[in-house]
Amino acid sequence: MASQEATIREFAEQEYRWGFDSRIDSETIPPGLDEGVVRLISAKKGEPDWLCQWRLRALRHWQRMREPTWANLRYPPIDYQQIVYYSAPKSPAGGPQSLDELDPAVRQMFDKLGIPLAEQERLAGVAVDAVVDSASVATSFQKQLAKLGIIFCSFSEAVRRHSELVRRYLGSVVPYTDNYFAALNSAVFSDGSFCYIPPGVHCPMELSTYFRINARNTGQFERTLIIAEPGSYVSYLEGCTAPMRDEHQLHAAVVELVAHEEAQIRYATVQNWYPGDREGRGGVYNFVTKRGICRGARSRISWTQVEVGSAITWKYPSVILRGDGSVGEFYSVALTGRRQQADTGTKMIHIGRNTRSTIVSKGISAGRGQNSYRGLVKVQRAAEGARNYSQCDSLLLGDQCGAHTFPYIEVANPTAQVEHEASTSRIGEDQIFYCRQRGLAAEDAVNLIVNGFCKEVFRELPMEFAVEAQKLLAVNLEGSVG
Amino acid sequence: MLIVKNLHVRVGDKPILRGIDLEVHAGEVHAIMGPNGSGKSTLAQVIAGRDTYEVTQGEVYYEGVPLLEMEPEERAREGVFMAFQYPVAIPGLSNTRFLHAALNAIRKHRGLPELDAIDFLALIREKAAFLQMDAGLLERPVNEGFSGGEKKRNEIFQMAVLQPRLAILDETDSGLDIDALKIVANGVNSLRRPGRAFIVVTHYQRLLSYIVPDRVHVLYEGSIVRSGGKELALELEASGYGGLQRGAARDAAPALP
Repeated sequence: MASQEATIREFAEQEYRWGFDSRIDSETIPPGLDEGVVRLISAKKGEPDWLCQWRLRALRHWQRMREPTWANLRYPPIDYQQIVYYSAPKSPAGGPQSLDELDPAVRQMFDKLGIPLAEQERLAGVAVDAVVDSASVATSFQKQLAKLGIIFCSFSEAVRRHSELVRRYLGSVVPYTDNYFAALNSAVFSDGSFCYIPPGVHCPMELSTYFRINARNTGQFERTLIIAEPGSYVSYLEGCTAPMRDEHQLHAAVVELVAHEEAQIRYATVQNWYPGDREGRGGVYNFVTKRGICRGARSRISWTQVEVGSAITWKYPSVILRGDGSVGEFYSVALTGRRQQADTGTKMIHIGRNTRSTIVSKGISAGRGQNSYRGLVKVQRAAEGARNYSQCDSLLLGDQCGAHTFPYIEVANPTAQVEHEASTSRIGEDQIFYCRQRGLAAEDAVNLIVNGFCKEVFRELPMEFAVEAQKLLAVNLEGSVG
Repeated sequence: MLIVKNLHVRVGDKPILRGIDLEVHAGEVHAIMGPNGSGKSTLAQVIAGRDTYEVTQGEVYYEGVPLLEMEPEERAREGVFMAFQYPVAIPGLSNTRFLHAALNAIRKHRGLPELDAIDFLALIREKAAFLQMDAGLLERPVNEGFSGGEKKRNEIFQMAVLQPRLAILDETDSGLDIDALKIVANGVNSLRRPGRAFIVVTHYQRLLSYIVPDRVHVLYEGSIVRSGGKELALELEASGYGGLQRGAARDAAPALP
């Protein structure tokens, strides 16, 4: 009879299925970071001077900063001078004008990832911006969206064509002084997605960005900016993968969301960067700053994340609730298997009156994974009637992993109501045996148990992605039970 | 249907079962009685496939096939069902989804087409109504926040849906008030068929007034010390396990000088 313990152990040690390497003809600069490199990146992208100067201020600020050490993460020092800060697939001058001009190798890579770029092959109702290493390679459905006044394009294109919007909002939610990785990103960010929804427009399709790191020793520093004008609505999805490599790859992204009065932004991430092998070799270091501001009254921002990849995840998607009656939500599933470490959570900053926030965090630890929830609920003095509900649940598979919770609550208004619930449980042999006694294979049992545990988060995802997320968890958990 | 031959089982260094022989035929109801710690639940769990127990000697045949070599899920798919003494909770997983997955795994194994959601829902509504189960329990997470009685009733409900050939009821009566006991017993009785056998593990005679057994076996310190008809349960009710222990000890002890 196979031991159930062995099953649990194998669960987190599955092969990574997105780890293939694509031979793409790329333009890559030498490793290292100084003012020259920042100017070079800016020049390659043909940026206006104000942006180049902004990058340089960010660089100078970063050079005076120290890498943070407060997270519950252990990793060897990162040598920032060994990293390549710009690499992009070669393309005709000015970038590919249509999908036909796209390097077939790039197209093949996305086909292999299950993200066909041609619009007729896409899932109905999802527009995609595809980013490889430092550059956006394709954006679909742009014309249809433009009819509604929606701008959905690569960040580079936004800088060229919508410079005023970018200038007004860039760094307005996450200033380059915010933290070490945000400063680094601000200096060297290369591409990403830009999205603008005009007043009163309900975006009719899911917008999504697919990020792929391909080049060796290359950091990925993308930047996403989403602006929702009063009364508008947008749902945005982000997916990411990377090849299997023995060395670590750095990913330091910044995402800024701005919701004006009565606007709603839903932002969902399925993060599946290469997690490294079971001995901890390779894997992506994922240091990401995501923050949204509910500027207008009754605006709403929700973050939903399913984090299954990366060797290290450092990420706290947050909401600044400035508008009266605005709502912030954070739904998270974080899975750490192998030797993965995650320190992730959120910040809900209540400034406006009657602001509400909800936090639901589900951490799953398997293998030798270490999973930490870190969250701040801050109610400022003026935030009369603010309410928060937080729920942090941890699930352990096996006995070599860890789950940790670091909740911070700061309340400066006596009318605020803040609730925090936490639980830690172990997938028991009892549960697995119970399922098997009813005819279910051990692996199916674990999947059902884990999916049950994550249900409150999955139901926040758009349908197709909820299915994807469940599959992804299943793949990452396969073999944990025998 | 089930033949247990000279079964010895231990946990760690501790022997729990010391040579059990048992034969259960299709259509029969066997009761296993005995005091706490006599090994009743161990026997049930070993038949169901729990791997925390080590079988050191003996054999178990189910429908002529060596049962101990089968994985727990294979046993379940072949028709072995255990109603747990302590059913575990699975937060977030609805009873319906759980049972649908289980039923389809069993049907697939038997070469039957999977039941779609609509047919499955019709099936479980019918079974739930029969067991007077609150329909709300179907959508609740498996056993989570269920009262003791609800959990036990849920086990019998699952049995009614999965239609096993051999059902083992492990102290299903514990924690039930008399009304719940009657409902559970009615449910079990309605599932009695010529092709189906039951092993009812219980500490008390009470349940056996409602589920009348064909055979009663008394387990003491890992051995079956007495077997008989349904009247044996009544006898035990009158004399208690105390008399039995003295009797068993006398039988087992070597003659003193």
